[in-house]
Amino acid sequence: MAITENSESPSPELMLAFYRRLYPFKSIMNWLNHEHVPTKLYTHREFAFTLQGDVYLRYNSFNSVEDFKKQVCTLNPTRFEIGPVYTARPRDKRTIRPGGFTPLQRELVFDIDMTDYDSIRTCCSDAGICKRCWAFITAAVKVMDSAIRDQFGYKHLLWVYSGRRGIHLWISDKEAMELTDDQRKAIVSWIAVITGGKDTHKKVNARTGSRPLPPSLQMALDPLAHYFGDLILNDQDCFASQEGWEALLHLVPDRSVSENLEKLWTKDPSRSSTQKWDDLKREVKRIEKGSAQRLVMQAAMEDIILQYTYPRLDAEVSKHRNHLLKAPFCVHPKTGRICVPVDPEHIDEFDPERVPTVDQLLKELDETMVQDSPENEEHHFDWERTSLKPYIEMLDRHAMALMDEVRRTKRGADMTW
Amino acid sequence: MFNAGKRTTSTPLKHAPAEVQLHSTAPYPHRLNFYDVPPLFDVTLEEFESAALARLRILAEIESSFVRNRSYDELKSVTDAQCKKYLTLNANSASTQDLQGERRRDHVGHFVLRLAFCRSEELRRRFVKAEMMLFRVRWDTDDTREREGFLESRDFDWTPVDDKEKEAYKEELMAVPSNIRTQYSEGQFKKDKYHKVRWTRVPDLVEKRRVFLKGGWAYVHERESSSMVFQEFQINLEKALDMTAKALPRLDEDTRLIPILDNLSQGFLAGVPSEWLSSSSSGAEGSGVKAEEIDDLAKKHFPMCMRNLHESLMRDRHLKHMGRLQYGLFLKVLGVSIDEAIAFWRRSFSNITDDKFNKEYRYNIRHSYGLEGRRANYPAKSCQQILMQDQPGSAESHGCPYRHFSEDNLQSALLASYSAHGFTASDLPEIMHTVRAGHYHVACTRVFEITHARSGVKKGEGVGGGESITHPNQYAARSRELEKARQEKAESDRDAMLVDG
Ligand SMILES: [Zn+2]
Repeated sequence: MAITENSESPSPELMLAFYRRLYPFKSIMNWLNHEHVPTKLYTHREFAFTLQGDVYLRYNSFNSVEDFKKQVCTLNPTRFEIGPVYTARPRDKRTIRPGGFTPLQRELVFDIDMTDYDSIRTCCSDAGICKRCWAFITAAVKVMDSAIRDQFGYKHLLWVYSGRRGIHLWISDKEAMELTDDQRKAIVSWIAVITGGKDTHKKVNARTGSRPLPPSLQMALDPLAHYFGDLILNDQDCFASQEGWEALLHLVPDRSVSENLEKLWTKDPSRSSTQKWDDLKREVKRIEKGSAQRLVMQAAMEDIILQYTYPRLDAEVSKHRNHLLKAPFCVHPKTGRICVPVDPEHIDEFDPERVPTVDQLLKELDETMVQDSPENEEHHFDWERTSLKPYIEMLDRHAMALMDEVRRTKRGADMTW
Repeated sequence: MFNAGKRTTSTPLKHAPAEVQLHSTAPYPHRLNFYDVPPLFDVTLEEFESAALARLRILAEIESSFVRNRSYDELKSVTDAQCKKYLTLNANSASTQDLQGERRRDHVGHFVLRLAFCRSEELRRRFVKAEMMLFRVRWDTDDTREREGFLESRDFDWTPVDDKEKEAYKEELMAVPSNIRTQYSEGQFKKDKYHKVRWTRVPDLVEKRRVFLKGGWAYVHERESSSMVFQEFQINLEKALDMTAKALPRLDEDTRLIPILDNLSQGFLAGVPSEWLSSSSSGAEGSGVKAEEIDDLAKKHFPMCMRNLHESLMRDRHLKHMGRLQYGLFLKVLGVSIDEAIAFWRRSFSNITDDKFNKEYRYNIRHSYGLEGRRANYPAKSCQQILMQDQPGSAESHGCPYRHFSEDNLQSALLASYSAHGFTASDLPEIMHTVRAGHYHVACTRVFEITHARSGVKKGEGVGGGESITHPNQYAARSRELEKARQEKAESDRDAMLVDG
């Protein structure tokens, strides 16, 4: 079954109960702040609220977790976003002289959304998503996670399910936090390979002529070739339909190859995607080994694998320090699902349909309450009694690693005195 | 530092690093300069201003090049030509030149502009971008050996990649696309030097995938080292400007410098004001323009601002004070004598009596020609003055149409004024795009190019050599020059025909 949108968004009462009893304000603070005591990373940070009725409130900032929680419970937003750390408290923005209010730091963020895969996935369309097409996101996460760790050396990567059909990545390493817009633009260009819109057939242009791919993409190719077989050929069967195989033939630069295949596939439309890919391979093998023609076709086949499986980024999100991105653990207003962290090591097992929804969580909470002591004693962590627990613990572990590093750096700095 | 006149002005740029090469025998051993150290010598107010103006002219032209989407090669040749004209900076090998003097001027100009441009984030950003481009042009035109000497004189803090590491990443390094392109052999690879730097230091190389990246380190081929130098230049300058901005309030005490600095930062918005006097060498002016010729000249040679003033005058039989001033001084410089000017204005103001004209206007016209009152020789207003001073009210016609007209009005005015010269509606999107970005003089320059295409003016050529319009008289003079050349050519063609025939 695919995730369908609830006809109604979670009610304001449900949202308020969620913020009061379950939202992990403290864990979010630790993660954004890198220390236990609020620093500028927290107090000078912009939060933007979307209220019921789509009223958008920007430039909120808070001195403490309590402060933040109080305001969230007062405003009861449908969701909120996290922005950059500014030179001053965002809430004082109006009283600061122009030029005295500029973004300084923020996590390096990436956004991958299923929408960008609409032209290739065959199981769902539009807002829909299922375990099968989630595999596109899985492939993207695998490639991005290892590329960023290996090539850029960043360690503090937090992947967060967007609540519907996408995933966000937040990178909190010190260097990543401090990147300028130009540097963010550079890293996006380095990573992004898929370019051009609907009307562009060939969306991968990362090499010169038919020369080898740059080393970073060569590295991505192996795991992606694997996904190409499982996901594109077997599961999604992307080249089964006429539209599907015609799209494939557009990417075959060799006229005689594509004409032969077209003839073959028109005559026998029942051939599966795997068979069609084998047809293509057979055609290529008939070209003389080492010839320019053969090299062109080998390069084209690699590019096809990339085009169908390489991460598709919403580049604009990453390019600017002052971009706002929905906070982890918010509730997706359309699905009611929580934006939970995702472990990239176990992303294969992640099923968006099994992510808890806000009403499910509150039901769990009510049920355990009934079982508990009738005095209804004060619980600091209500979430510990719900299926939100493993996700919040994941964020806490992530924040802990960040805080450890900050502590180590500080101690290191102290020793040099 | 800057000694303006007799009083020494105290500026915030005094904190120079302790050991400074500047005080070796020759203060400027290299043509290239990273401007780490402010000028620590006395500078006269005149030198202060002229060095800055010369540099500003170059930077403003570089900025127009960005706006006009010139390729780097075009930009390089335009900038190089402009530098040769206004801000020469020769290599050491050119021994006959006044190298130290040129370099001192370059040094002073840069630091004055820092003061002028550190005052808003927007100006800082634009200044850094233009300065970096100027540095790059000079770098690319520098003598290779002298460039190496400059490199060696600085510590760029790049780690050389040792042989062991190089061998470990051999495959990846050789597969970097920019290496593949040059048919990279293993023998060549062994010879080549690589450096590693944090990737954040070379974002442009990362953006183009021209490096190998591992653990946040960029492995940079020696061929790309210039890229690191430019980046370094930019980072240094950004930091220095930030510091200057913070310290600047102290400079504001020197009231004589502020107007100069204000003036300079405006130059970026409107191009550098050119003095355009009738003594100009172009030959087209000063040739005695008759009152009755003005209407014809206006239709053929005037920029939009003067076209607008002329049309308003013809239509309303009148112009308000600021309009008369802007138009009158322009006509004076165009070559209209005082007698012809009086005749022209008298005829144009046809709704008033001789008596009223003589009482209210004659004196002002004579005054603007320096024949009354202080007897000053007023120059015509430059684009910068027209753009920045005295915004026109609703009933006034002076100002710059590119800036002061509504979009609709500007588009109809352009079509009405210039369709006879080949300007069509299909040219409008480009012009309006430039206008919206606030690059009014670039829009005007582009209109000039379009309307003079039949005289052979190409896109990007401006009023010659890629120079942009910075003065309405420059526009008119160049336009007349082009017409004259065209007529002469037509004449000689005809003569040739006759002789041959
Ligand atoms: Zn699906």
